Amino acid sequence: MKTPLHDVHAELGASFTDFAGWQMPVRYTSELAEHRAVREAAGLFDLSHMGEIELTGPGAAAALDHAFVGRLSAVTPGRARYTMLCAPDGGVLDDLVVYRLAEERYLVVANAGNAAVVSRELTARAEGFEAEVTDRSAETALIAVQGPNAAAILGPLTDADLTGLKYYASMPATVSGHELLLARTGYTGEDGFELFLPAAEAPALWRKLAAAGREHGLLPAGLACRDTLRLEAGMPLYGNELGPELTPFHANLGRVVKLDKPGDFVGKVALERAGDPDRVLVGLKGSGRRAPRHGYRVLHGDDAVGEVTSGALSPTLGYPIAMAYVPPALREPGTALSVDIRGRVEPVEVVALPFYQR
Amino acid sequence: MAVRDADTVRVGITEYAQDQLGDVVFVDLPEVGRQVDAGEAFGEVESTKSVSELFAPLDGEIVAVNGAVADSPELINSDPYGEGWLVEVRVSDAAAIDGLLDADAYQRVIEG
Repeated sequence: MKTPLHDVHAELGASFTDFAGWQMPVRYTSELAEHRAVREAAGLFDLSHMGEIELTGPGAAAALDHAFVGRLSAVTPGRARYTMLCAPDGGVLDDLVVYRLAEERYLVVANAGNAAVVSRELTARAEGFEAEVTDRSAETALIAVQGPNAAAILGPLTDADLTGLKYYASMPATVSGHELLLARTGYTGEDGFELFLPAAEAPALWRKLAAAGREHGLLPAGLACRDTLRLEAGMPLYGNELGPELTPFHANLGRVVKLDKPGDFVGKVALERAGDPDRVLVGLKGSGRRAPRHGYRVLHGDDAVGEVTSGALSPTLGYPIAMAYVPPALREPGTALSVDIRGRVEPVEVVALPFYQR
Repeated sequence: MAVRDADTVRVGITEYAQDQLGDVVFVDLPEVGRQVDAGEAFGEVESTKSVSELFAPLDGEIVAVNGAVADSPELINSDPYGEGWLVEVRVSDAAAIDGLLDADAYQRVIEG
Protein backbone atom coordinates (compact mmCIF):
# COMPACT_ATOMS: atom_id res chain seq x y z
CA MET A 1 0.00 0.00 0.00
CA LYS A 2 1.08 3.58 -0.60
CA THR A 3 0.32 6.64 1.48
CA PRO A 4 -1.01 9.80 -0.20
CA LEU A 5 2.52 11.23 0.17
CA HIS A 6 4.29 8.43 -1.69
CA ASP A 7 5.04 10.52 -4.77
CA VAL A 8 6.36 13.36 -2.63
CA HIS A 9 8.78 10.97 -0.91
CA ALA A 10 9.90 9.57 -4.25
CA GLU A 11 10.57 13.10 -5.53
CA LEU A 12 12.70 13.69 -2.43
CA GLY A 13 14.75 10.59 -3.26
CA ALA A 14 13.59 8.56 -0.26
CA SER A 15 14.62 4.94 0.23
CA PHE A 16 11.51 2.89 0.86
CA THR A 17 10.90 -0.08 3.09
CA ASP A 18 7.93 -2.31 3.64
CA PHE A 19 6.28 -1.60 6.98
CA ALA A 20 3.12 -3.54 7.82
CA GLY A 21 2.32 -3.76 4.12
CA TRP A 22 2.99 -0.07 3.47
CA GLN A 23 5.72 1.35 1.27
CA MET A 24 7.21 3.83 3.74
CA PRO A 25 10.22 6.15 3.52
CA VAL A 26 12.97 4.64 5.69
CA ARG A 27 15.32 7.60 5.08
CA TYR A 28 15.67 10.48 2.67
CA THR A 29 19.41 11.07 2.84
CA SER A 30 20.95 10.09 6.17
CA GLU A 31 19.02 8.67 9.13
CA LEU A 32 21.64 10.12 11.49
CA ALA A 33 21.16 13.62 10.05
CA GLU A 34 17.38 13.17 10.28
CA HIS A 35 17.66 11.97 13.88
CA ARG A 36 19.83 14.97 14.76
CA ALA A 37 17.43 17.36 13.04
CA VAL A 38 14.54 16.14 15.21
CA ARG A 39 16.61 16.47 18.41
CA GLU A 40 18.06 19.88 17.55
CA ALA A 41 15.66 21.49 15.06
CA ALA A 42 12.70 19.62 13.54
CA GLY A 43 11.69 16.67 11.39
CA LEU A 44 8.72 16.13 9.09
CA PHE A 45 7.18 12.65 9.16
CA ASP A 46 4.54 10.89 7.07
CA LEU A 47 2.54 8.67 9.43
CA SER A 48 -0.39 8.15 7.10
CA HIS A 49 0.00 4.39 7.42
CA MET A 50 -1.42 4.56 10.95
CA GLY A 51 -5.06 3.71 11.59
CA GLU A 52 -7.67 6.32 12.50
CA ILE A 53 -10.93 4.99 13.91
CA GLU A 54 -13.70 7.29 15.06
CA LEU A 55 -16.25 6.55 17.76
CA THR A 56 -19.30 8.75 18.07
CA GLY A 57 -22.51 8.71 20.04
CA PRO A 58 -23.86 9.04 23.56
CA GLY A 59 -22.37 5.63 24.45
CA ALA A 60 -18.91 6.25 22.92
CA ALA A 61 -17.21 6.92 26.28
CA ALA A 62 -18.70 3.82 27.88
CA ALA A 63 -17.83 1.71 24.83
CA LEU A 64 -14.17 2.77 25.03
CA ASP A 65 -14.05 2.11 28.79
CA HIS A 66 -15.22 -1.41 27.96
CA ALA A 67 -12.92 -1.88 24.98
CA PHE A 68 -9.66 -0.50 26.42
CA VAL A 69 -7.80 -0.94 29.70
CA GLY A 70 -7.85 2.81 30.43
CA ARG A 71 -10.62 5.09 31.62
CA LEU A 72 -11.33 7.08 28.47
CA SER A 73 -14.61 8.46 29.88
CA ALA A 74 -12.49 10.51 32.31
CA VAL A 75 -10.56 12.23 29.51
CA THR A 76 -11.58 15.86 29.09
CA PRO A 77 -12.75 16.83 25.60
CA GLY A 78 -9.71 18.26 23.82
CA ARG A 79 -7.27 15.99 25.65
CA ALA A 80 -5.70 12.68 24.64
CA ARG A 81 -4.54 9.57 26.46
CA TYR A 82 -2.13 6.69 25.83
CA THR A 83 -3.90 3.36 26.35
CA MET A 84 -3.96 -0.29 25.31
CA LEU A 85 -6.27 -2.76 23.69
CA CYS A 86 -5.95 -6.12 25.43
CA ALA A 87 -7.23 -9.59 24.61
CA PRO A 88 -9.46 -11.42 27.13
CA ASP A 89 -6.27 -13.15 28.41
CA GLY A 90 -4.66 -9.77 29.13
CA GLY A 91 -2.22 -9.87 26.20
CA VAL A 92 -1.63 -6.57 24.42
CA LEU A 93 -3.26 -6.32 20.97
CA ASP A 94 -2.17 -2.73 20.41
CA ASP A 95 -0.92 0.35 22.22
CA LEU A 96 -2.53 3.52 21.00
CA VAL A 97 -3.48 7.12 21.59
CA VAL A 98 -7.13 8.07 22.02
CA TYR A 99 -8.14 11.69 21.44
CA ARG A 100 -11.40 12.90 22.92
CA LEU A 101 -12.57 15.43 20.36
CA ALA A 102 -15.94 16.22 21.97
CA GLU A 103 -18.25 14.87 24.64
CA GLU A 104 -19.54 12.18 22.25
CA ARG A 105 -16.67 11.91 19.77
CA TYR A 106 -13.33 10.12 20.03
CA LEU A 107 -10.49 9.41 17.59
CA VAL A 108 -8.50 6.22 18.15
CA VAL A 109 -5.08 6.16 16.48
CA ALA A 110 -3.72 2.64 16.03
CA ASN A 111 -0.38 1.23 14.90
CA ALA A 112 -0.38 0.46 11.17
CA GLY A 113 0.20 -3.24 11.71
CA ASN A 114 -2.70 -3.49 14.13
CA ALA A 115 -5.16 -1.07 12.52
CA ALA A 116 -7.38 -3.83 11.14
CA VAL A 117 -7.45 -5.69 14.46
CA VAL A 118 -8.26 -2.50 16.37
CA SER A 119 -11.02 -1.57 13.95
CA ARG A 120 -12.52 -5.04 14.14
CA GLU A 121 -12.25 -5.31 17.92
CA LEU A 122 -13.70 -1.85 18.50
CA THR A 123 -16.64 -2.64 16.27
CA ALA A 124 -17.27 -5.89 18.14
CA ARG A 125 -16.71 -4.44 21.60
CA ALA A 126 -18.93 -1.39 20.96
CA GLU A 127 -21.89 -3.63 20.27
CA GLY A 128 -24.68 -2.96 22.74
CA PHE A 129 -23.44 0.59 23.36
CA GLU A 130 -24.95 3.66 21.73
CA ALA A 131 -21.84 4.24 19.68
CA GLU A 132 -20.93 4.16 16.03
CA VAL A 133 -17.48 2.97 14.94
CA THR A 134 -16.13 4.36 11.66
CA ASP A 135 -12.75 3.41 10.23
CA ARG A 136 -11.36 6.63 8.70
CA SER A 137 -7.89 5.25 7.99
CA ALA A 138 -8.15 5.27 4.20
CA GLU A 139 -9.38 8.86 3.92
CA THR A 140 -7.06 10.30 6.58
CA ALA A 141 -3.44 11.41 6.25
CA LEU A 142 -1.19 12.04 9.25
CA ILE A 143 1.80 14.37 9.11
CA ALA A 144 3.99 14.99 12.17
CA VAL A 145 6.26 17.95 12.82
CA GLN A 146 8.56 16.98 15.67
CA GLY A 147 11.42 18.77 17.37
CA PRO A 148 12.26 21.85 19.43
CA ASN A 149 11.52 24.16 16.46
CA ALA A 150 8.13 22.59 15.67
CA ALA A 151 6.11 25.37 17.34
CA ALA A 152 8.17 28.08 15.64
CA ILE A 153 7.50 26.46 12.25
CA LEU A 154 3.76 25.97 12.75
CA GLY A 155 3.07 29.23 14.57
CA PRO A 156 3.11 31.55 11.55
CA LEU A 157 1.03 29.07 9.49
CA THR A 158 -1.95 28.96 11.83
CA ASP A 159 -4.17 31.18 13.92
CA ALA A 160 -4.38 28.42 16.53
CA ASP A 161 -3.04 29.26 19.98
CA LEU A 162 -0.08 26.88 20.12
CA THR A 163 1.05 27.97 23.58
CA GLY A 164 -2.43 27.10 24.85
CA LEU A 165 -2.26 23.65 23.25
CA LYS A 166 -0.80 21.41 25.93
CA TYR A 167 1.10 18.14 25.52
CA TYR A 168 -1.45 15.37 24.84
CA ALA A 169 -4.12 17.83 23.73
CA SER A 170 -5.75 18.46 20.35
CA MET A 171 -7.89 21.10 18.65
CA PRO A 172 -9.45 21.76 15.26
CA ALA A 173 -7.23 24.26 13.46
CA THR A 174 -6.50 25.78 10.08
CA VAL A 175 -2.88 25.37 8.99
CA SER A 176 -1.83 27.00 5.71
CA GLY A 177 -5.47 27.01 4.64
CA HIS A 178 -6.08 23.35 5.48
CA GLU A 179 -8.73 22.52 8.04
CA LEU A 180 -7.40 19.74 10.19
CA LEU A 181 -7.04 18.25 13.64
CA LEU A 182 -3.92 19.59 15.34
CA ALA A 183 -2.57 17.48 18.20
CA ARG A 184 0.43 18.02 20.43
CA THR A 185 1.54 14.41 20.50
CA GLY A 186 4.41 12.39 19.11
CA TYR A 187 6.73 9.42 19.34
CA THR A 188 10.15 11.06 19.36
CA GLY A 189 10.71 12.36 22.89
CA GLU A 190 10.57 15.94 21.62
CA ASP A 191 7.94 18.63 21.55
CA GLY A 192 5.90 18.31 18.39
CA PHE A 193 2.60 18.17 16.60
CA GLU A 194 0.58 15.61 14.67
CA LEU A 195 -1.74 16.87 11.94
CA PHE A 196 -4.70 14.76 10.80
CA LEU A 197 -6.21 15.86 7.50
CA PRO A 198 -8.00 14.57 4.39
CA ALA A 199 -5.67 12.35 2.39
CA ALA A 200 -6.02 14.36 -0.83
CA GLU A 201 -4.71 17.52 0.88
CA ALA A 202 -1.60 15.89 2.36
CA PRO A 203 0.88 16.61 -0.49
CA ALA A 204 0.03 20.33 -0.53
CA LEU A 205 0.35 20.67 3.25
CA TRP A 206 3.60 18.66 3.31
CA ARG A 207 5.15 21.02 0.75
CA LYS A 208 4.05 24.11 2.69
CA LEU A 209 5.44 22.71 5.95
CA ALA A 210 8.71 21.73 4.28
CA ALA A 211 9.10 25.20 2.79
CA ALA A 212 8.21 26.98 6.03
CA GLY A 213 10.53 24.74 8.02
CA ARG A 214 13.61 25.17 5.85
CA GLU A 215 14.91 28.22 7.74
CA HIS A 216 14.31 26.35 11.01
CA GLY A 217 16.43 23.35 10.05
CA LEU A 218 13.47 21.03 9.36
CA LEU A 219 14.29 17.87 7.41
CA PRO A 220 11.96 15.21 6.06
CA ALA A 221 12.49 12.27 8.38
CA GLY A 222 11.98 8.56 7.75
CA LEU A 223 11.11 5.49 9.78
CA ALA A 224 14.76 4.65 10.54
CA CYS A 225 15.23 7.75 12.68
CA ARG A 226 11.73 7.45 14.10
CA ASP A 227 12.82 4.11 15.57
CA THR A 228 16.07 5.41 17.12
CA LEU A 229 14.27 8.50 18.43
CA ARG A 230 11.56 6.50 20.20
CA LEU A 231 14.14 4.03 21.52
CA GLU A 232 16.19 6.83 23.11
CA ALA A 233 12.95 8.16 24.60
CA GLY A 234 12.24 4.71 26.10
CA MET A 235 8.96 4.33 24.21
CA PRO A 236 7.79 0.80 23.41
CA LEU A 237 7.27 -0.37 19.84
CA TYR A 238 4.49 -2.86 19.29
CA GLY A 239 6.00 -6.10 18.01
CA ASN A 240 9.24 -5.46 19.90
CA GLU A 241 8.43 -4.45 23.48
CA LEU A 242 4.71 -5.27 23.29
CA GLY A 243 2.80 -8.23 21.93
CA PRO A 244 -0.09 -10.60 22.55
CA GLU A 245 2.03 -12.78 24.86
CA LEU A 246 2.81 -9.81 27.12
CA THR A 247 0.58 -7.82 29.46
CA PRO A 248 1.00 -4.09 30.13
CA PHE A 249 2.57 -5.09 33.47
CA HIS A 250 5.51 -6.76 31.72
CA ALA A 251 6.31 -3.48 30.00
CA ASN A 252 6.08 -1.45 33.24
CA LEU A 253 2.90 0.12 31.90
CA GLY A 254 0.57 -1.10 34.62
CA ARG A 255 -0.36 2.54 35.23
CA VAL A 256 -2.51 2.50 32.07
CA VAL A 257 -4.60 -0.40 33.41
CA LYS A 258 -7.50 1.00 35.43
CA LEU A 259 -8.72 -2.05 37.32
CA ASP A 260 -10.85 0.15 39.60
CA LYS A 261 -12.82 1.90 36.85
CA PRO A 262 -16.58 1.28 36.95
CA GLY A 263 -17.89 -1.61 34.90
CA ASP A 264 -16.24 -4.51 33.16
CA PHE A 265 -13.62 -4.29 30.42
CA VAL A 266 -12.08 -6.82 28.10
CA GLY A 267 -9.11 -8.44 29.81
CA LYS A 268 -10.02 -7.27 33.31
CA VAL A 269 -10.29 -10.69 34.95
CA ALA A 270 -6.99 -11.86 33.50
CA LEU A 271 -5.19 -8.64 34.40
CA GLU A 272 -6.55 -8.74 37.96
CA ARG A 273 -5.15 -12.23 38.37
CA ALA A 274 -1.91 -11.56 36.52
CA GLY A 275 0.19 -11.11 39.67
CA ASP A 276 3.82 -10.11 39.44
CA PRO A 277 5.23 -10.56 35.94
CA ASP A 278 7.88 -13.23 35.40
CA ARG A 279 9.96 -10.83 33.30
CA VAL A 280 10.10 -7.08 33.01
CA LEU A 281 11.30 -4.54 30.52
CA VAL A 282 14.57 -2.79 31.38
CA GLY A 283 16.97 -0.38 29.72
CA LEU A 284 20.51 -1.53 28.96
CA LYS A 285 23.55 0.62 28.37
CA GLY A 286 26.59 -0.79 26.60
CA SER A 287 30.07 0.46 25.93
CA GLY A 288 32.00 0.58 22.69
CA ARG A 289 30.00 0.78 19.48
CA ARG A 290 28.48 -2.67 18.93
CA ALA A 291 24.77 -2.52 19.61
CA PRO A 292 22.63 -5.25 21.15
CA ARG A 293 19.78 -5.87 18.71
CA HIS A 294 16.31 -7.38 18.62
CA GLY A 295 16.37 -11.06 19.54
CA TYR A 296 19.88 -11.20 21.04
CA ARG A 297 20.30 -13.16 24.28
CA VAL A 298 20.82 -11.37 27.58
CA LEU A 299 23.18 -13.16 29.97
CA HIS A 300 23.67 -12.99 33.73
CA GLY A 301 27.01 -14.62 34.33
CA ASP A 302 26.85 -17.67 32.08
CA ASP A 303 23.07 -18.01 32.23
CA ALA A 304 20.78 -16.83 29.46
CA VAL A 305 18.16 -14.81 31.33
CA GLY A 306 16.37 -12.73 28.72
CA GLU A 307 16.14 -11.24 25.28
CA VAL A 308 16.79 -7.87 23.71
CA THR A 309 13.66 -6.32 22.18
CA SER A 310 15.23 -3.23 20.53
CA GLY A 311 18.72 -1.81 20.39
CA ALA A 312 20.92 0.61 18.53
CA LEU A 313 24.01 2.70 18.82
CA SER A 314 22.32 5.80 20.23
CA PRO A 315 22.87 8.66 17.78
CA THR A 316 22.35 11.25 20.52
CA LEU A 317 24.27 9.59 23.35
CA GLY A 318 27.02 7.91 21.35
CA TYR A 319 26.87 4.56 23.15
CA PRO A 320 24.82 1.40 22.58
CA ILE A 321 21.38 1.33 24.17
CA ALA A 322 18.78 -1.40 24.24
CA MET A 323 15.58 -2.53 25.86
CA ALA A 324 15.25 -6.13 27.03
CA TYR A 325 13.08 -8.46 29.04
CA VAL A 326 14.79 -9.90 32.14
CA PRO A 327 13.63 -11.53 35.40
CA PRO A 328 12.41 -8.94 37.95
CA ALA A 329 15.33 -9.77 40.28
CA LEU A 330 17.69 -8.26 37.67
CA ARG A 331 15.76 -5.06 37.01
CA GLU A 332 17.62 -2.71 39.37
CA PRO A 333 19.69 0.02 37.69
CA GLY A 334 23.36 -0.77 38.05
CA THR A 335 22.87 -4.53 37.61
CA ALA A 336 25.71 -5.95 35.50
CA LEU A 337 24.51 -8.15 32.63
CA SER A 338 25.89 -9.01 29.22
CA VAL A 339 24.53 -9.55 25.73
CA ASP A 340 25.61 -12.17 23.23
CA ILE A 341 26.31 -9.99 20.21
CA ARG A 342 26.74 -12.50 17.39
CA GLY A 343 28.98 -14.79 19.42
CA ARG A 344 30.85 -12.13 21.35
CA VAL A 345 29.72 -11.46 24.92
CA GLU A 346 29.61 -7.73 25.60
CA PRO A 347 28.99 -6.25 29.07
CA VAL A 348 25.92 -4.04 29.61
CA GLU A 349 24.45 -2.31 32.63
CA VAL A 350 20.80 -1.97 33.57
CA VAL A 351 19.81 1.71 33.49
CA ALA A 352 16.60 3.59 34.18
CA LEU A 353 14.37 4.48 31.22
CA PRO A 354 14.21 6.72 29.30
CA PHE A 355 17.76 6.94 28.00
CA TYR A 356 17.12 10.46 26.77
CA GLN A 357 14.84 13.17 28.07
CA ARG A 358 14.46 16.61 26.55
CA MET B 1 36.96 -3.92 -5.26
CA ALA B 2 39.88 -2.42 -7.11
CA VAL B 3 43.03 -4.09 -8.35
CA ARG B 4 46.13 -2.48 -6.78
CA ASP B 5 48.74 -4.44 -8.67
CA ALA B 6 49.13 -7.87 -10.21
CA ASP B 7 48.27 -9.81 -7.05
CA THR B 8 46.80 -7.32 -4.56
CA VAL B 9 43.22 -6.05 -4.50
CA ARG B 10 41.61 -3.36 -2.38
CA VAL B 11 38.20 -4.39 -1.04
CA GLY B 12 35.28 -2.18 -0.09
CA ILE B 13 31.53 -2.13 -0.41
CA THR B 14 29.75 -0.76 -3.42
CA GLU B 15 27.88 2.49 -3.78
CA TYR B 16 24.69 0.46 -4.07
CA ALA B 17 25.46 -1.50 -0.89
CA GLN B 18 26.24 1.61 1.17
CA ASP B 19 22.99 3.16 0.00
CA GLN B 20 21.05 0.05 1.03
CA LEU B 21 22.74 -0.09 4.45
CA GLY B 22 22.12 3.48 5.48
CA ASP B 23 24.51 5.31 7.76
CA VAL B 24 27.37 3.02 8.77
CA VAL B 25 28.14 3.49 12.46
CA PHE B 26 30.57 0.66 13.17
CA VAL B 27 32.94 -1.52 11.19
CA ASP B 28 34.75 -4.59 12.45
CA LEU B 29 37.81 -5.49 10.36
CA PRO B 30 40.32 -8.37 10.61
CA GLU B 31 43.98 -8.21 11.63
CA VAL B 32 46.67 -7.87 9.00
CA GLY B 33 48.09 -11.30 8.23
CA ARG B 34 44.84 -13.23 8.41
CA GLN B 35 44.19 -15.74 5.67
CA VAL B 36 40.76 -15.60 4.09
CA ASP B 37 38.95 -17.88 1.69
CA ALA B 38 36.67 -16.61 -1.04
CA GLY B 39 33.17 -16.30 0.39
CA GLU B 40 34.38 -16.28 4.00
CA ALA B 41 33.08 -13.59 6.36
CA PHE B 42 36.06 -11.48 7.41
CA GLY B 43 34.27 -8.61 9.16
CA GLU B 44 31.04 -6.71 9.71
CA VAL B 45 29.54 -3.35 8.98
CA GLU B 46 26.75 -2.06 11.18
CA SER B 47 24.33 0.69 10.32
CA THR B 48 21.78 1.99 12.79
CA LYS B 49 19.26 -0.49 11.42
CA SER B 50 21.23 -3.53 10.34
CA VAL B 51 24.34 -5.66 10.51
CA SER B 52 26.00 -7.03 7.38
CA GLU B 53 28.88 -9.44 7.10
CA LEU B 54 31.74 -8.67 4.78
CA PHE B 55 32.70 -11.55 2.52
CA ALA B 56 36.12 -12.07 0.99
CA PRO B 57 35.87 -11.95 -2.79
CA LEU B 58 38.96 -14.15 -3.27
CA ASP B 59 41.34 -16.45 -1.41
CA GLY B 60 44.32 -14.62 0.03
CA GLU B 61 45.98 -12.81 2.90
CA ILE B 62 44.88 -9.53 4.48
CA VAL B 63 47.90 -7.25 3.92
CA ALA B 64 46.39 -3.88 4.87
CA VAL B 65 43.42 -2.61 6.89
CA ASN B 66 41.97 0.88 6.62
CA GLY B 67 42.28 2.29 10.14
CA ALA B 68 40.49 5.50 9.09
CA VAL B 69 37.11 3.78 8.72
CA ALA B 70 37.29 2.42 12.28
CA ASP B 71 37.31 6.00 13.60
CA SER B 72 35.14 7.44 10.85
CA PRO B 73 32.79 4.72 9.57
CA GLU B 74 30.81 7.40 7.70
CA LEU B 75 33.62 7.31 5.08
CA ILE B 76 32.04 4.07 3.88
CA ASN B 77 28.92 6.06 2.95
CA SER B 78 30.56 9.18 1.65
CA ASP B 79 33.36 7.62 -0.39
CA PRO B 80 32.94 3.85 -0.72
CA TYR B 81 35.35 3.60 -3.68
CA GLY B 82 37.97 5.92 -2.15
CA GLU B 83 38.59 6.83 1.49
CA GLY B 84 36.01 4.27 2.60
CA TRP B 85 37.99 1.22 1.47
CA LEU B 86 38.19 -1.65 3.98
CA VAL B 87 41.07 -4.08 3.44
CA GLU B 88 43.71 -5.09 0.92
CA VAL B 89 44.09 -8.75 0.06
CA ARG B 90 47.10 -10.36 -1.58
CA VAL B 91 45.37 -13.02 -3.60
CA SER B 92 46.60 -16.58 -3.72
CA ASP B 93 45.79 -16.99 -7.40
CA ALA B 94 46.01 -13.79 -9.42
CA ALA B 95 44.14 -15.42 -12.29
CA ALA B 96 41.01 -15.56 -10.09
CA ILE B 97 40.74 -11.76 -10.28
CA ASP B 98 39.57 -12.10 -13.88
CA GLY B 99 36.62 -14.18 -12.70
CA LEU B 100 35.04 -11.30 -10.78
CA LEU B 101 32.26 -9.04 -12.04
CA ASP B 102 33.26 -5.78 -13.61
CA ALA B 103 31.26 -2.63 -12.89
CA ASP B 104 28.93 -3.03 -15.86
CA ALA B 105 28.15 -6.64 -15.02
CA TYR B 106 27.53 -5.69 -11.36
CA GLN B 107 25.14 -2.95 -12.44
CA ARG B 108 23.16 -5.51 -14.42
CA VAL B 109 23.00 -7.76 -11.34
CA ILE B 110 21.64 -5.09 -8.99
CA GLU B 111 19.15 -3.91 -11.56
CA GLY B 112 17.96 -7.52 -11.69
